[in-house]
Amino acid sequence: MLTLIKGGRVIDPANQVDGSFDILISDGKIEAVAPHGKISGSKTKDAQVIDAKGCVVAPGFCDMHVHFREPGHEYKETIETGSASAAAGGFSSVAVMPNTSPVNDNRSVTELILSQAKKTGLVNIYPIGAITKGLKGETLSDMGELKESGCIGYSDDGKPVMDSELMRRALEYSRMFDLPCIQHSEILDLTRGGCMNEGIVSTELGLKGMPVEAEDIMVFRDISLLRKTGGRLHVAHISSGGAVDLVRQAKAKGLPVTCEVAPHHFTLTEEACRNYDTNAKMSPPLRTDEDIDLIKEGIRDGTIDIIATDHAPHDLADKQVEFDNACFGIVGLETALPLTLKLVDEKIITLQKAVDLLTHQPCRIFNLDKGTLGVGKDADVVIFNPDTKFTIDPEKFKSRSKNSPYKGWQVRGKVLHTLVAGKSVYSDHNA
Amino acid sequence: MLLSTKNILGTKELTKQDIQQILDTADSFKEISTRAIKKVPTLRGKTIINLFFEPSTRTRTSFEIAGKRLSADVINISGSTSSTVKGENLIDTARNLEAMNPDILVVRHQCSGAPALLSQFVDCPIINGGDGSHEHPSQALLDLLTIRSQKGDLEGLKVAIVGDISHSRVARSNIKAMQTMGMKVCVVGPPPLIPPEFESLGVEVSHNLREAVKDVDVVMVLRIQLERQNQGLLSSLREYSNYFCLTSESLAKARDDVLIIHPGPVNRGVEIALDVMESPRSLILNQVTSGVAIRMALFYLLLGENNANPN
Repeated sequence: MLTLIKGGRVIDPANQVDGSFDILISDGKIEAVAPHGKISGSKTKDAQVIDAKGCVVAPGFCDMHVHFREPGHEYKETIETGSASAAAGGFSSVAVMPNTSPVNDNRSVTELILSQAKKTGLVNIYPIGAITKGLKGETLSDMGELKESGCIGYSDDGKPVMDSELMRRALEYSRMFDLPCIQHSEILDLTRGGCMNEGIVSTELGLKGMPVEAEDIMVFRDISLLRKTGGRLHVAHISSGGAVDLVRQAKAKGLPVTCEVAPHHFTLTEEACRNYDTNAKMSPPLRTDEDIDLIKEGIRDGTIDIIATDHAPHDLADKQVEFDNACFGIVGLETALPLTLKLVDEKIITLQKAVDLLTHQPCRIFNLDKGTLGVGKDADVVIFNPDTKFTIDPEKFKSRSKNSPYKGWQVRGKVLHTLVAGKSVYSDHNA
Repeated sequence: MLLSTKNILGTKELTKQDIQQILDTADSFKEISTRAIKKVPTLRGKTIINLFFEPSTRTRTSFEIAGKRLSADVINISGSTSSTVKGENLIDTARNLEAMNPDILVVRHQCSGAPALLSQFVDCPIINGGDGSHEHPSQALLDLLTIRSQKGDLEGLKVAIVGDISHSRVARSNIKAMQTMGMKVCVVGPPPLIPPEFESLGVEVSHNLREAVKDVDVVMVLRIQLERQNQGLLSSLREYSNYFCLTSESLAKARDDVLIIHPGPVNRGVEIALDVMESPRSLILNQVTSGVAIRMALFYLLLGENNANPN
């Protein structure tokens, strides 16, 4: 089967391509990439044509931090609904965090996730295995078995590895498998009972705060350990300006540390929690304008390696409750592109760099042969119009959950088509 | 004239005019409580539900008496008797109660923001009877009424609030209401109980009780929760008392006509000495009396134009 995507602006940072190109897909692989109009007619005779005029054609986005809740919390999301949400957001590959029930800390859970993913067949699902058994922070999980069964990294996400000795051993042992340890950086002693950033808003609302120092101290500790242990540290969802600075210093010293930021941490502040809006309750919490400025600087100068959504769907029953009792998290996949493009509008980064943060860079960190439009590679492609304006309406999300503080936001940048291995997994019905 | 707000969720939402009107109305209701027959028919046929998820004697009783003096039917539901112990969600509980057509819900809840959440799901007016560390508006209003009845005018008065400011809904409600009324506020306590953010609320912060009370008109003493000691916020109650217990000695530099108030219940000898508590400067029992009048005023004003004349 042949598909021709023609007339679009192809942005493929992995191959340093940016320009007017046509792409021919054959049997799920990239067959040819050539300047617009240059693929010979004989080759494209029977091809199904997608007209990408006025659009950007890029490798399908790769989100290395999502929660699909299966197994265990299928009322919030399943691998199927999460995959549909990913496809609608332009993502062709996602890495799913292990805080399911049961926890993905062994081969049987990893295999279950992969078999559900195969059955669904929408996007590529890469499991992340737990650092510690049951996410309990007590004993290391069998990291070798997890890698052999398909995991691409280790994390206790949602919970930090508090025990410094255990984190040291995790970094050491994971070296054998050359996979990153992903830390949710939070010193729990400082955030006990907290539900939002500690600051002026938490003080006014009478809510227990989570001080930014809880993140900074953990990032500092892990970087200190890394210097001793080697291994690879990936700092999840960085939200603190101070933590960005720590990562910058560590990189300057040549330490193998990388980090990601979620779109909500550069588009929203603690002010969003006023009126006790539980859709603005997340962990790490929304911080301040000052943090956002420092995060943007980190994105601009490359300290922050990738954008990941921390897609964390929650049912109304978990969100339509007292702020103290609400779950942490936000549906992220279907708003990631327009929120990232705000960085382009603000001239923090170029459009090419925005695509790079969502494609080539995550695949580089996680050793995935994805995020590229190279000839012979899997034809995972997103086609989006960066200029199309629309209003965010969580009710229209493909995700099973609708917890988003972006309801009613006027944004630009709409996904029109998502292809995975040449197969269309999402098409905007207006396109 | 009606209040500018449908619910009483906090003093933050009240205008100066609202507060004045509530205090004036409360003043006019005070007399009812001194009659031999302490009841007027003003709210006959109205139903008030006190929904209390946190233990309370004083506040709940005060709301109950206020409703009954106005002839409303008052129903008390406490956290332990409500369906929440069976796992019913707060919103479901409130919706079920609303289906019985109450005219006002008074809500006390351990979570900050719970009354605000409820107000999105029920139609009847809600009075916040205290939520977490957020607000306790009727307490602040009764404090203002108590102070006004002694001083005549609130404008320009200076108040020191002493104690656990960080966890106090009484402090937050008072700070906002007092600022609205043109009063100056100084908060006094050890640094772990006063986060630095309070300064950005426009209040003075002091860690020295003797100095802080020097030129104030009112000292408001807050209850110290015994569990703060276990949370590492206090070394011991004994040490706290050494620095922050209001005694005749710590009041040495204070003005002779300084007023002492306390929202209760009092830990005698911990945050306030017995002799200070029982001195003529102490208005602690006046506050309780003001409380009934304030809550009568809130009920009356929220039920608005459907009411008969207050007398």
